[in-house]
Amino acid sequence: MFNRDRWKEILEVLTSNWFRTVLTAFGVFWGILILIILLAAGKGLENGIKADFGDIATNTMFMWTRSTTKSYQGLPKGRSFEFKIEDVQTLKDNIPHLRFISPRNRLGGFRGGSNVIRGLKTGAYNVYGDYPEIINQDPMTVTSGRFLNQNDIREKRKIAIIGSGVKNDLYEKDEEVLGTYIKIQGVNFMVVGTYKKNSNDGDGEEAQKEIFVPFTTFSQAFNRGNDVGWMAITAHDGHSISDLKERVINTVKAKRKVHPEDDRAIGYFDLYEQYNRVESLFGAMGFIAYFVGILVLLSGIIGVSNIMLIVVKERTKEIGIRRALGEDPWSIKKQILMESIFLTLISGMAGISFGALFIYAVNALLDANGPVDMFLNPSVSLGVVVGALVILVVSGLLAGFIPAQSAIKVRPIDALRTE
Amino acid sequence: MIEIKDLHKSYKMGSNSLHVLKGINFSVEEGELVAIMGSSGSGKSTLLNILGMLDEANSGEYTLDGVPIKDLNETKAAKYRNKFLGFVFQSFNLINYKNAMENVALPLYYQKMGRKERQEKALKYLGQVGLTEWATHLPNELSGGQKQRVAIARAMAAEPKVLLADEPTGALDSKTSYEVMDLIQKINDQGNTILVVTHEEDIAHMCKRIVHLKDGIIVKDEKVKQVRASEYV
Repeated sequence: MFNRDRWKEILEVLTSNWFRTVLTAFGVFWGILILIILLAAGKGLENGIKADFGDIATNTMFMWTRSTTKSYQGLPKGRSFEFKIEDVQTLKDNIPHLRFISPRNRLGGFRGGSNVIRGLKTGAYNVYGDYPEIINQDPMTVTSGRFLNQNDIREKRKIAIIGSGVKNDLYEKDEEVLGTYIKIQGVNFMVVGTYKKNSNDGDGEEAQKEIFVPFTTFSQAFNRGNDVGWMAITAHDGHSISDLKERVINTVKAKRKVHPEDDRAIGYFDLYEQYNRVESLFGAMGFIAYFVGILVLLSGIIGVSNIMLIVVKERTKEIGIRRALGEDPWSIKKQILMESIFLTLISGMAGISFGALFIYAVNALLDANGPVDMFLNPSVSLGVVVGALVILVVSGLLAGFIPAQSAIKVRPIDALRTE
Repeated sequence: MIEIKDLHKSYKMGSNSLHVLKGINFSVEEGELVAIMGSSGSGKSTLLNILGMLDEANSGEYTLDGVPIKDLNETKAAKYRNKFLGFVFQSFNLINYKNAMENVALPLYYQKMGRKERQEKALKYLGQVGLTEWATHLPNELSGGQKQRVAIARAMAAEPKVLLADEPTGALDSKTSYEVMDLIQKINDQGNTILVVTHEEDIAHMCKRIVHLKDGIIVKDEKVKQVRASEYV
């Protein structure tokens, strides 16, 4: 393998016609470059979309009530109903593998009117009544003060945690926030904490304009009684919420006296299923990137094979001489194969390097110009690069195989006659 | 050294076949210098190619240095060629991107001899053909006579049993031809067995024995008085 004479000969052959070698190499270079860029672009898109999911626990479903469409146990159809707080315990008792069940209530909403007042300033915000577990399902960073805790729930404290957006609206720049009061629909709450959410999609700003208050306080202050607006339910790792959701829904149906076959009474959104759908979309995109990239690479490899055939043809006589002098045919075959692998590998590595440079430049550009929606940090993993190198060696072998075979197929006597 | 019995060879040319060698019986002793003569189409080159294991006979026996040559695959043939035979061609057949020394060292490389040893030996044989100072020159920087001398050095480098020369002077003027024949005679004087294919009378008479070939059979096989090429140089 590391035979000085052999390598000298490989270099002599490849450098004897620079222009042709470079043109041939370009085919492989281009193929691998396209492959790398496609994969990196796919990865960038994937990173971007996944960042939009933010830190939300993806193994989560949301569930809310609608009106019934079937009469059941003497109750009419078209009946409105609400989940009750005790349903949470029922779910916990009946279904294992559920990690968090957060009942939630909300004030305000999309394009809601002003509902929060502080001094002379007012604003319209989403106000949530929540349990402390919600921070695990809808993660946020508490930037000052604290988040909700069990004592707040038990004692129905009138406290609030506000988002950075709320703070910007209602407070002066350097004003102390903690310990101040805001009035939510006429009820005073003391601000005990501020939060910030990581999200880079269009809702990013909206996500910072939320206010969290204890669930129990919310119910009492805003007259919700035992009603629950909706629930966020997360399963334990290793158990998919998509598999559990049937049981969850059936359990609450039984509890709320809803006809078991009334599919429209309870609405839900399965985040995990959605996430999986996105995952499989990226799987498909990765497949397409590989497919197209490898096809382009293939045309480069056919180019190498073609040139190697011409090289062999040109060297027919030389090969004849060498065989007359007693060179083993296998040695000649090895020579041609190594030339082919060397050419593919060198041009392929140039392609990979150039691709890496390109990705680096795009990243630098993204960093300099701020984040782009749905596109983040395009990159290829080391595994892909190693895989590409393996593909190159294999394809170099394939490209050299036919020419090498044809090199030793010509009998030495015929090879010598060639002028 | 060489024993052939009832050698036949025919080529297929489309639907007809061309019978080139029609039963050749022929033997060569060690140290002989044999000229194979004949007009073009007489089968002399075919005979040489079969002797050189570049081509295979359809039937007949061929023994080289006591080894029966038959049923060769390419790997085995290459090994035998390297071990037993040295070739000198009409068109020199040097590898043009390798210098004189590398060309001479080539058969030794195929014997997997070490780099240093190979170069020393190549230089020694280049010295014997009087081209030491041309060792680093490429073939296209050499004259025809010099090229053929490099080719002879290359053929001798592997120390073969038999040297096969196919029209070694065919592409040379008469003065250079005689120089090359002088070299061949000297190598023969050292006890090497040499076969020369030629169609030139004067070259043939510089050998010790002339085999005349006509239409695929040997018509005359005679010992001749050798004319020393050095007389003309």
